[in-house]
Amino acid sequence: MAIVFEKTKGLTDKPTHYCPGCTHGIIHRLVAEVMEEMDLLDNAIGVAPVGCSVLAYEYFNVDMHEAAHGRAPAVATGIKRVHPENFVFTYQGDGDLASIGTAEIVHAAHRGEKFTTIFVNNAIYGMTGGQMAPTTLIGQKTTTSPYGRDEATTGKPIKMSELLATIDGAAFVERVAVNNPANIRKAKKAIKEAFKVQLEGKGFGIVEVLSTCPTNWGLTPVEAMKWLEKDMMPYYPLGNFRKPEEVE
Amino acid sequence: MTKVLMKGNEAVGAAAIAAGCHYFFGYPITPQSEVPEYMSRELPKVGGSYVQAESEVAAINMVYGASGSGARVMTSSSSPGIALKQEGISYCAGAELPCVIVDMMRGGPGLGTIQPAQGDYFLATRGGGNGDYRLIVLAPADVQELVDLVMEGFDLADIYRTPVMILGDGMIGQMMEPVEFKYQQRTDLPEKDWATRGKGKGKQKNIINSLYLEAEELEKHNHHLQAKYAEIREKEKKVEVYNIEDADIVITAYGTTSRIAKTAIAKLEKEGYKVGMIRPISLYPFPNEAYEKINDNCKGVLTVEMSTGQMIDDVKLSLNGRIPTYFHGRSGGMVPGPEEIVEKVKEILGGGK
Repeated sequence: MAIVFEKTKGLTDKPTHYCPGCTHGIIHRLVAEVMEEMDLLDNAIGVAPVGCSVLAYEYFNVDMHEAAHGRAPAVATGIKRVHPENFVFTYQGDGDLASIGTAEIVHAAHRGEKFTTIFVNNAIYGMTGGQMAPTTLIGQKTTTSPYGRDEATTGKPIKMSELLATIDGAAFVERVAVNNPANIRKAKKAIKEAFKVQLEGKGFGIVEVLSTCPTNWGLTPVEAMKWLEKDMMPYYPLGNFRKPEEVE
Repeated sequence: MTKVLMKGNEAVGAAAIAAGCHYFFGYPITPQSEVPEYMSRELPKVGGSYVQAESEVAAINMVYGASGSGARVMTSSSSPGIALKQEGISYCAGAELPCVIVDMMRGGPGLGTIQPAQGDYFLATRGGGNGDYRLIVLAPADVQELVDLVMEGFDLADIYRTPVMILGDGMIGQMMEPVEFKYQQRTDLPEKDWATRGKGKGKQKNIINSLYLEAEELEKHNHHLQAKYAEIREKEKKVEVYNIEDADIVITAYGTTSRIAKTAIAKLEKEGYKVGMIRPISLYPFPNEAYEKINDNCKGVLTVEMSTGQMIDDVKLSLNGRIPTYFHGRSGGMVPGPEEIVEKVKEILGGGK
């Protein structure tokens, strides 16, 4: 019998702890598949964040570091300086990257560190139980914005891809979503391009992935996908913000 | 090997490179900025990497990544910057990552002053970061000893898989003295088969981590760390002892302060006083046995520090009430003069020799 589908070798057999309907699983698989397809599994060193994907070091079938909250880009800098020939990536959520770790991500991009960041933006702190993130939408109710996020006191949601795209050291910046098969294919393509940018030594790359959190949004998985499309995507437009010309 | 005249901070860098450290992550702060300056100048010549981090927080996390990747790596700072590194130091201790951290102490608390002090003893020996961990803490009293301890520090870090802190002060960092690089690397250094190099190069997938979500597992890990610290206490105490069998009074001090105390002791001896000295070189593990050997007729142990009294806690724990303890300290960047110590000794002994 012909094999028509196999689980990627880029993921271990460990069952993930993610909630039903959470899109971390899809994003993990895309990252793992691309590493396998690009023959990076023996060479890669990944950095897991603090947040829902804190246990990513158990799921990716590559050498891994678990970093302190927000510090993954600093840890990745240390790794890449020691092993410039290795493929290095960080996998971070929006609390980790867009709040406590803003200095680390901005300066890793600024130095043009040659690693790749997968930035999962679900507009909320998931692991700690649904608190407001810098990425939380205006009016969105969370456990620390119980009346809805108020622009007057908490500002507008931060757009990290747009911010990082102003930095010359950031060679590749793209925002994707995993809400339907077409966008999942586009997300995989962007991840592959970002990885290629690193392997060609062109600088820092980041792929922001709009993701769902049905549990903390208080929605079913299907409703969550719809909320991502109707509420998140208009504020966080998909597309490439920066890439080297040769990677067209 | 001939001796060369070097400033303490530059000697730190030279010693690190001589010990095979090719990675340095730092941030400028007075009075240690010559360390990152030296490393930025010298590391490219040996094919190493210097990164001026965006903060001390980032610098110590770069150390985490580099150490976890199997390299000898160092960072340095002064008191307020070391305070910022505490998060990363705790993670390095938890993940058992060898590294050398240099603290050229200045006056505090807060922004304090840029002048020398010894107010980070608690931070260094008690662990400024969260959780049950210890550092090996080594306190040099001159630039030669600084060189020796930095070089040995890398060996100790690798052998015990632990961060090592070199606790100097602005005086040691800024003074120039002749040094030679004579330390011989230990031959019993373990393989770093736990480091991440890409799993194709190792025997298995390696993970650098300090997270143990199961309480039983974390307790087991803590017991493992404590067993390591017990071995360190057993094998790695360093101390200089002088005349404690016969002394009427023993002065105890570390680092810069110990040199001033030695000048005071020389003066007191000329006047006929019998004064002993204990100079801890390792602050963790603290050389408590030295204090146990002080003769029973000794009238007092005087701790002298450039702080308001921190090491004296360990002195009291070591003496366990057997001999009265006294304290003389200056802080805020003030350095005690030998005369102050002489006066204090005479006050304690009440004029009796």
